[in-house]
Amino acid sequence: MHIPFCARKCAYCDFLSFSGNECVQRDYTEKLIEEIEYQSAYAKEYQVISIFIGGGTPSILKTEDMEAVLNALRTRFDIHPHAEVTMEANPGTVTQEGLLSYRNAGVNRISMGLQSADDKELRYLGRIHTYDAFLKSYQRVRMAGFDNVNVDLISAIPGQTVESWKNTLKKVTMLKPEHISAYSLIIEEGTPFYDRYGDHVEMESHAMTKEERRLLMALPDLPDEDSEREMYYLTQEFLLEQGYERYEISNYTKKGYECRHNIGYWTGMEYLGLGLGASSYMNGCRFHNTTDLNDYRNAHFDQEEGFHQALRQELERLSIEEKMEEYMFLGLRLTEGVSAHGFVSNFGQNIRNVYGQILDRLEQDGLMEFKDGFYRLTSRGIDLSNYVMSQFLQ
Amino acid sequence: MAAVQQNKIRNFCIIAHIDHGKSTLADRIIEKTGLLTSREMQAQVLDNMDLERERGITIKAQSVRTVYKAQDGQEYIFNMIDTPGHVDFNYEVSRSLAACDGAILVVDASQGIEAQTLANVYLALDHNLDVFPVLNKIDLPSADPERVVQEIEDVIGIEAHDAPRISAKTGLNVEDVLEAIVKKIPAPEGDPEGPLRALIFDSLYDTYRGVIIFFRVKEGTVKKGDKVLMMATKAVEEVVEVGYFGAGQFIPCDELRAGMVGYLTASIKNVKDTSVGDTITHAARPCAEPLLGYKKVTPMVYCGLYPADGARYNDLREALEKLQLNDASLFFEPETSLALGFGFRCGFLGLLHLEVIQERLEREYNLDLVTTAPGVVYRVYKRNGGMLELTNPSNLPDPTEIEYMEEPIVSAEIMVTTEYVGSIMTLCQERRGVYLGMEYMETTRALLKYELPLNEIIYDFFDALKSRSKGYASFDYTLKGYERSELVKLDLLVNKEEVDALSFIVHAESAYDRGRRMCEKLKDEIPRQLFEIPIQAAIGGKIIARETVKAMRKDVLAKCYGGDISRKKKLLEKQKEGKKRMRQVGNVEIPQKAFMSVLKLDDE
Repeated sequence: MHIPFCARKCAYCDFLSFSGNECVQRDYTEKLIEEIEYQSAYAKEYQVISIFIGGGTPSILKTEDMEAVLNALRTRFDIHPHAEVTMEANPGTVTQEGLLSYRNAGVNRISMGLQSADDKELRYLGRIHTYDAFLKSYQRVRMAGFDNVNVDLISAIPGQTVESWKNTLKKVTMLKPEHISAYSLIIEEGTPFYDRYGDHVEMESHAMTKEERRLLMALPDLPDEDSEREMYYLTQEFLLEQGYERYEISNYTKKGYECRHNIGYWTGMEYLGLGLGASSYMNGCRFHNTTDLNDYRNAHFDQEEGFHQALRQELERLSIEEKMEEYMFLGLRLTEGVSAHGFVSNFGQNIRNVYGQILDRLEQDGLMEFKDGFYRLTSRGIDLSNYVMSQFLQ
Repeated sequence: MAAVQQNKIRNFCIIAHIDHGKSTLADRIIEKTGLLTSREMQAQVLDNMDLERERGITIKAQSVRTVYKAQDGQEYIFNMIDTPGHVDFNYEVSRSLAACDGAILVVDASQGIEAQTLANVYLALDHNLDVFPVLNKIDLPSADPERVVQEIEDVIGIEAHDAPRISAKTGLNVEDVLEAIVKKIPAPEGDPEGPLRALIFDSLYDTYRGVIIFFRVKEGTVKKGDKVLMMATKAVEEVVEVGYFGAGQFIPCDELRAGMVGYLTASIKNVKDTSVGDTITHAARPCAEPLLGYKKVTPMVYCGLYPADGARYNDLREALEKLQLNDASLFFEPETSLALGFGFRCGFLGLLHLEVIQERLEREYNLDLVTTAPGVVYRVYKRNGGMLELTNPSNLPDPTEIEYMEEPIVSAEIMVTTEYVGSIMTLCQERRGVYLGMEYMETTRALLKYELPLNEIIYDFFDALKSRSKGYASFDYTLKGYERSELVKLDLLVNKEEVDALSFIVHAESAYDRGRRMCEKLKDEIPRQLFEIPIQAAIGGKIIARETVKAMRKDVLAKCYGGDISRKKKLLEKQKEGKKRMRQVGNVEIPQKAFMSVLKLDDE
């Protein structure tokens, strides 16, 4: 479920989000509840085993609005009693009262966007909070009784050094969150960072004042390739020492706290996206909701007329071949890899009949290994995972 | 038509240095002679290929017939034959000139005579044409007609004091040009009742009508239904249609008589039957002697053209065949490359010609091409006494078999304002030029004479000349002959494998420098791959330079985009698509543009 609002958009962010005033946010929640009622009718035979409320910044919503949304979910969907219910909460938007209310409404996992423990780096990213503010929020989360917490981190930030990254990892692991997501900064097209760091031809026009643009252009350079790689290897090494196991390309966990929702994406589970621009995979089809806020707000969801067009955009029914491709390139994100047995039970064919040649070549190139019935990326294969995954595309 | 008297016909062309306003004047003449209204005029009527209009140059000679009512009250037929202005197309110029009786020399009234102007005037005088000058761009503030008149009289030695002073752009005084055509260009001669003798000066392939032959009737008369003989090829055809050239269209007529310029069609499908320069005569009543044709044109620059998608080899062949119909100077033959697969070795008049053909193939035939480094024709003398004309560096025999090699040398004339003489002389020296002499045209301009190896000027000599003279130098050359030279074949090895399509012949002295720069360039062009890739330059197996493309270290999409799998898939597909535009050499993928790297060595 997507909550597309943020206090301020970060300079590296290309997700669908914007700052909206309380009025817009209230309208949006009302519409979201309408959508929940409408969509749930099409998911009657399903039991929900995980919910992920992301953004944007879900915790920016007024507590009563979020309560209303969570209540709607609970009453309209059949939710498994032990379902994993995650909500993203950003430092600076988290209140004690809010956290208690989320918890009462069934949220049992909190994901906190910290990104860095260095205030200077946070500023460069355009984050609204300091490390201290994060600490306060983190304490509140724990005090509210959440015993499953994720912290998001980003490496290779402008001005970052191997030392400062190590410091961030140290500070965060001392807090003992159950789960850590750590990824290398990606310079995405359409972001202010792309203007500053991208290999672009033309500058894009962002709604920026002259002063903001001047500050953007004055940002320090990205870490060089060697430092970036060092940070990357340090992440695995350090987190492993601290008892975090890597189970996916950029996710680390204490035993038993893998994010089930995320694993669902990589193992071909079905999911229903709710809210602006949310993506779904249901009944063998991929589609997404409209990404236009006005279209979404003006849509009248009407049970009688079938699926509302705003909720079934770019609908694409996957062929068997596409399902196999996805099974491979998504499954390989998990360190566990792709199960040869699972492939047979899903598609009734031996994985080697379909991908034998590609698998052999990747194994020869040292990018993949076969062990205990699983095909998985080697450490080098993870570094070059795009290359490996693209091999499985037709 | 039959009523047109020979003395009312004027066959002429316009010659000029590039940019001096030739095509604009041609347009004005068409306009003023009333064949077309201003509204019907496209920006430049004669340049009817898109490419010509975009580049602002005339590539193919074109003709147009207009009617002019002169001040003496008589109507005159003007056959105006447009000529290309670039040195690469000298051959086409000389073909056009053979169809004319006179020429208008257009000179820019501020820039004066340029190297090309001289070259074209000499060409016209060689064809015994009467030449009269016109001063153009008289409306520019920098125009200095008195100085230019003096220059024309001093340097070329033709009368210029009564030259029309015009602005082709605004149309000012263009009437004077029309009157001068009537008065100064001689009417054609030749007996319309004699045996037919007509000179083919161009041809064009039309999908519906087959080959359309452009010719000038020197003697006799040709009409529909005639059985004609092509004297060189011995082909006999029945004439389906004769006619003349409107602006951008063919206008059929009953007959064409001695002195006239026009076209004929005869359902000719095989272009080989109609070689340009051949003489057309009647099969039943042939003339005694064919006309003097043209010198056979020899391509000066060769390169390999390969379809980016190997499956389109046949499409490329067909496209080249079609282009050749309209361009006798284009040469091609099949060749194969280990790196690039099946393609063609193609010969061109010069680098501009190459670029034009390449662009036409890409635009008009929608082909994606890989082009190898252009080179000239070398002569390889072998120890066993044999001689090989080398157009593809890969075919160079083993060095132990070679006695010596020769390369083509040109005589070049460079006209430049005196302040840049120094830097132009330095440039020529860098390009292994041999200084022959210098003449001062007037106090401010000089004509430099050099002998230069052709392979030193085919890539970027023009650009270098322009940049080192702030645009004030002009240049023309003619092939002088072959000279012995210390040449070596430079090979490029990617991941220890020789890439045949990257080899080129270079003078021994510049081999190290070129090799080093090629390696640097390729290092930038070849994307990182799974493993480290050494890039080496070698002469006869000896490595002279090396660079390394480091192994790819990171290619990972860490984010998961909130379940937006389609987005992730699109990114991966894009990556895969990029790979398709590469050539697999051994286990290295080389992007197409890398094969043209050698051309860009002097960018910096």
